[in-house]
Amino acid sequence: METAILSRENFGALFESLNKLGYSIVGPTIKDGAIIYDRLQEVSDLPIGWTDEQTAGKYRLERRTDEALFGYNVGPHSWKKYLFPPRRRLWKANRDGKTLKIETESLPEEKLAFLGVRACEIQAILVQDKVFQGGTHKDPYYQTQRARLIVIAANCTEAGGTCFCVSMKTGPRCTKGFDLVITEILEASRHEFVLEAGTPTGQELLAHLPVRAATPQEEQRVDEGVANAARQMGRHLDTSGIKELLQRNYEHPRWREVAQRCLTCANCTIVCPTCFCSTVEDTSDLTGDHAERWRNWDSCFTMDFSHVHGGSVRSSPLSRYRQWMTHKLASWHDQFDTSGCVGCGRCITWCPVGIDITEETNAIRKSES
Amino acid sequence: MKSRKPKLAVWKFASCDGCQLTILDCEDEFLKLASEIEIAYFPEATKKVVKGPYDLSLVEGSITTPHDAKRIQEVRNASKYLVTIGACATSGGIQALRNFQNVAQFASIVYARPDYIQTLEKSTPISANVKVDFELQGCPISKHQILEVISAFLNHRKPQIPAHSVCMECKAKGVVCVMVAKGIPCLGPITHAGCGALCPAYNRGCYGCYGPKETPNIPSLMRWWEGELGVKRQDSVRVLRTFNSAAKPFEEASTQMEKEGA
Repeated sequence: METAILSRENFGALFESLNKLGYSIVGPTIKDGAIIYDRLQEVSDLPIGWTDEQTAGKYRLERRTDEALFGYNVGPHSWKKYLFPPRRRLWKANRDGKTLKIETESLPEEKLAFLGVRACEIQAILVQDKVFQGGTHKDPYYQTQRARLIVIAANCTEAGGTCFCVSMKTGPRCTKGFDLVITEILEASRHEFVLEAGTPTGQELLAHLPVRAATPQEEQRVDEGVANAARQMGRHLDTSGIKELLQRNYEHPRWREVAQRCLTCANCTIVCPTCFCSTVEDTSDLTGDHAERWRNWDSCFTMDFSHVHGGSVRSSPLSRYRQWMTHKLASWHDQFDTSGCVGCGRCITWCPVGIDITEETNAIRKSES
Repeated sequence: MKSRKPKLAVWKFASCDGCQLTILDCEDEFLKLASEIEIAYFPEATKKVVKGPYDLSLVEGSITTPHDAKRIQEVRNASKYLVTIGACATSGGIQALRNFQNVAQFASIVYARPDYIQTLEKSTPISANVKVDFELQGCPISKHQILEVISAFLNHRKPQIPAHSVCMECKAKGVVCVMVAKGIPCLGPITHAGCGALCPAYNRGCYGCYGPKETPNIPSLMRWWEGELGVKRQDSVRVLRTFNSAAKPFEEASTQMEKEGA
């Protein structure tokens, strides 16, 4: 793999080259007191010189002492909103007298560049790839947008307070699933980026950039950076035999305790980069001549989610929290041959009452020892 | 060939008329509505009155007087399908604050001749008085949701009114959580969706205008407010006592919290 160096002064060339290759860039930017993902026009749209403090139920933007471009951890948004939009019309139908005309929705045509994708997030995309295009029934929207995507990843050189990618073996180093990966090197007298291509598309992009070859010392800086992030993990989850651990503890008293705290508000599922549930909503207008079918994000925390004839199967908050956590960490393995958790920590930070999936699992494990 | 147009009636009980105004606010859609349904009784919109029975009755307001307690029975008897609209009709409204105090005492302070006042001890939702077919929460209700309820009724289908939290609307819009990112107390996690996360989208906490969501865990949220966000007990009680104070989950939680004290 070819390793190259792009200087901070030339970082704008990445934006220009992506645009030239026909990509619209989406990536991190500051909005409403957090680093979110949105459309980016230029380098100055990045959260330059900002980072975040994160703990259970709390997120704060903090000013850094340097001008780092990628010196923050993952925020409330995840990339899934671009591949699996929160709301999407599937089709509409119009009635004209006795004839009914169904119009399908067009598929995305735009080429997107995801800029600043972290290792845990790459794993999340790979998990959703399995869900949306791995089986017999493929999601055409997901598939189309996914094929029109270039992934510019960023290795984490610092970790956040709720991060545990090391436990989930998903990071902090990006090892797959990217076209190009960036590692930021920032010192008093030096601000550069180490670039490595992961695919021919990444190679092609690299060829457009004003880069020079990296020295072995510079390559070593990548190792040091990710090692530093690995040391800083804010959370730890022991995953040994986790599927069996949770599946033999469905009646554990800890579920009752967490249900006392759980708001069933669904925040954890919506911020989770792998949660993929949706509901289908049929509507009609007043005349009844125009109907639409929409697909909306849904969550296993709502009553409607498990509503069948006669009522909701999971009417208690206990059963809903347990369903979410055991699906994510245990039955996901049965269903998709991988964990549903990538260790990004979003569910911990963005739980309005700070419920911590690592703490809940560790408590069940501890009670057995 | 379409059969006769269904007859719509809009009734007012103790309320501010805001929900009726939301129907009038439908503007273009209101004209479409008038072509699909016969507006048979809607004094806020037209003097014309068509006699009942009515196919669909929308009821705004709560029951606060003996006269209204009787009148709602007549409305029910004249209606095939009865939908309550707004916080007053679904929970008792702001006027249900009397439920936590002595109403006779209020009357003696407010009115020069309290003996002229005939009022009930409590303000109650319509569902406490008659059978209700569907409740549409919100103070005021959303224009989009009332059109959805009427469209569903006209097309014999279930209305798409999710009972989940406001948080799901925030997240679907990409709004950053004001509580987690800024420490602003927000009722979103216990509040029924429908407003489109209006306040959080403008950097304010949710005030709970749409009343309780399904299975709200109010004690947990209030423990967090008081323990982590520094909200005082009297304030967490008061925030539950606004437009939906007598909605059962809000009433039970605020009463319990008041009992426990600071």
